Amino acid sequence: MCLAIPARVIQINEQSLGFVELGGVVREASFMLLPDAQVGDYVLLHAGYALQKVDEAEAEETLRLLAELAEAGRAEA
Amino acid sequence: MVKGDVAGTSKILLAHGSGGRLSHELVAKEFVPPWANPILDQLNDSAVFALSRDGSGPRLAFTTDSYVVKPLFFKGGDIGRLAVCGTVNDLAMVGAKPLYLSASFVIEEGLSLANMRAVVKSMRQAAAEAGVQIVTGDTKVVEGGAADGLFVNTAGLGLVPPGVEIGGGRARVGDVIILSGSIGDHGIAVLSQREGLEFEAPVASDVAPLSGLVAAMLAASANVHVLRDPTRGGLATSLNEIAQQSGVGIQIDEPKIAVKDGVWGACEMLGFDPLYVANEGKLVAIVGAEDAEKVLTVMRETRYGEEAAIIGEVVAEPEGKVLMKTTIGGTRIVHMLVGEMLPRIC
Amino acid sequence: MMVRYVREFHDAAAARGLAAAIERITSRSVNLMEVCGTHTVAIFRHGIRQLLPPPLSMLSGPGCPVCVTTNADIDKAIALAEQPGVTLATFGDMMKVPGSYQSLQQVKADGSDVRVVYSPRDAVCMARDNPQRPVIFFAVGFETTAPTIAAALLEAEALGLKNFYLISVHKLIPPAMRALLEAGEVRIDGFICPGHVSVVIGAQPYQFIPQQYGVPCVITGFEPLDVLQGIEMLLRQVAEGRAEVEIQYRRGVRPEGNPLARELVSRVFETSDADWRGLGSIPASGLKLRPEYSRFDAEEAFTINPPPTKEHKGCLCGDILRGIKTPPECPLFAEACTPESPVGPCMVSSEGTCAGWYQYGSH
Repeated sequence: MCLAIPARVIQINEQSLGFVELGGVVREASFMLLPDAQVGDYVLLHAGYALQKVDEAEAEETLRLLAELAEAGRAEA
Repeated sequence: MVKGDVAGTSKILLAHGSGGRLSHELVAKEFVPPWANPILDQLNDSAVFALSRDGSGPRLAFTTDSYVVKPLFFKGGDIGRLAVCGTVNDLAMVGAKPLYLSASFVIEEGLSLANMRAVVKSMRQAAAEAGVQIVTGDTKVVEGGAADGLFVNTAGLGLVPPGVEIGGGRARVGDVIILSGSIGDHGIAVLSQREGLEFEAPVASDVAPLSGLVAAMLAASANVHVLRDPTRGGLATSLNEIAQQSGVGIQIDEPKIAVKDGVWGACEMLGFDPLYVANEGKLVAIVGAEDAEKVLTVMRETRYGEEAAIIGEVVAEPEGKVLMKTTIGGTRIVHMLVGEMLPRIC
Repeated sequence: MMVRYVREFHDAAAARGLAAAIERITSRSVNLMEVCGTHTVAIFRHGIRQLLPPPLSMLSGPGCPVCVTTNADIDKAIALAEQPGVTLATFGDMMKVPGSYQSLQQVKADGSDVRVVYSPRDAVCMARDNPQRPVIFFAVGFETTAPTIAAALLEAEALGLKNFYLISVHKLIPPAMRALLEAGEVRIDGFICPGHVSVVIGAQPYQFIPQQYGVPCVITGFEPLDVLQGIEMLLRQVAEGRAEVEIQYRRGVRPEGNPLARELVSRVFETSDADWRGLGSIPASGLKLRPEYSRFDAEEAFTINPPPTKEHKGCLCGDILRGIKTPPECPLFAEACTPESPVGPCMVSSEGTCAGWYQYGSH
């Protein structure tokens, strides 16, 4: 269970409320669970709350690994 | 048996209106049998019949739809434009040239005159674009709270050119499936303004009259077998209906189905599947393979068909079902929508 | 505007590469269990099974919080909703699930004020904007969702709201995994661990699984390439005779999880025994409000008399949730029990195993 989706932080105010954006869709989000989120971060959004920052370095590393597998995959195709 | 489940249901649920399987069952079990006749039994978007008793001469297409959308005004359109285009499109989907509409208003006491005028003006513009005239109508006013502001019903009459036979039962194995553009725009545009789900989506409803597009397609080819506008229940439901009506299988390719970023983003957030989200300005065409490229080219040169794409083909098996090859190369069955789509966290 | 970190994980060539790698290291019959309904959905929705070699068996466990909610708990929520003048707010997931007699959707059709919300915050705002009307939130979900409810409750407290309540049927995943291993009904060679639960709890709570039971665990994300990579990492552990907790979903899961989220949960909730459909009562597997927050407890504030609990005869949800039966083995599957007229929650929940088999097809 648990639909959480990476969305980009576009605004945060003092009451830990703000807005995130995904594909141009803007939704209000609470940052009560992630007080050190910054504008521009990608966060995992679940039920209207930011749960964790997406670690972009790790994301790129995973994608790099997958790209290598894709090369192997193209060879298999 | 659980109280209220479909087999023993004693109440109509909102889900019966959402265009999916429950809606179909309601029509099939409650409306068709008491009224049964060969025209109704075809259950196409419009009824098609000849005026003369021996079936010769001009054929009319006749259809009706009620529009209960909330909110009345949304990005890209309003209930008025929807009411005209929806009925025009139902006529176009059986190959008819739409000619005349009726318009019935059920107005909730207290609706602002300015809003009503805006709807009326919108209907005039949509009718002009579609080349139809609104020739008769009715108005009722009901007590506050009973009609969400405004309900509109339109009925439409059109003329089906001789030799044109288009219907849900006419898909043949080997036919090509063409989708006129991106899916999910209307449903998300409307949903984004509904209270309780507040989000802003840069998505406008695609509501549009498709009669011009259909005319261009029929002029290019006599091998357009099926036309369907995937409204409530989305593309998935329409394709299932066709597969069942024609007794064929349908195979589609997920990467070929266009979804705008905003629609995709909203669906990801809420846990919706774009395949089930309503469209009001798109059509699915099932065309004989020999004419597929020709029809596609003509569509791309015509308003509202610019992003047309081939998304799949008609196969023999599995009969009555829709299979989709996923973006990663797997396969899954795509079912009809069951009940309402609800936002989920899981 | 850029869309990041979702669609890149759908690449078909990478999927083929991973499928080939999986095939190379699958030498014997292997059972992998995922304990997260969102994984069940992902596997079906993207047709992942077709890419896996036959000796590899994917089992679904009790990871759908909707499915494991008992009839008794649903009946309580319904009884609360049926009180005049009350609003019951719920996630959409719970609307169609049948309790002993009916679902919240039917109760709404009968006139009760049941509202679907996307966020527990929306329910708090409803209470704030309608101070005359009690708003009760049906708090369902695992460790991913519990922090959001805790945060919402703290906000209700800070606002001084006197009309916000919740009924908690929250459950915890690691105790259920232990119960499955203890029951030993089905051989589990590896666990695909829930990525978003782990965002909150981190890796440590799963350590007992390799350490005490010798079963490998990989904390996995939800995009199709995540699932395939998670499977590949599990198979590698099996092939190499290792048993550890590894993290595939590194972009979301830190080994320490989100400590603040956990702290807010423990400020508001304490663990309790909980009844799970299919697994029975599991100690320390649920969350209930702490005594200092009991004024928000709907069951304390309202006296309800739900009708006697009834189980659905013939429904094999319990066995399916334990991974010992597959949906086609249930006599009701696709006959008496379909998504339109579901008998058990496994068919209703979008993540329910039976719904997955029915909707997406099994091949």
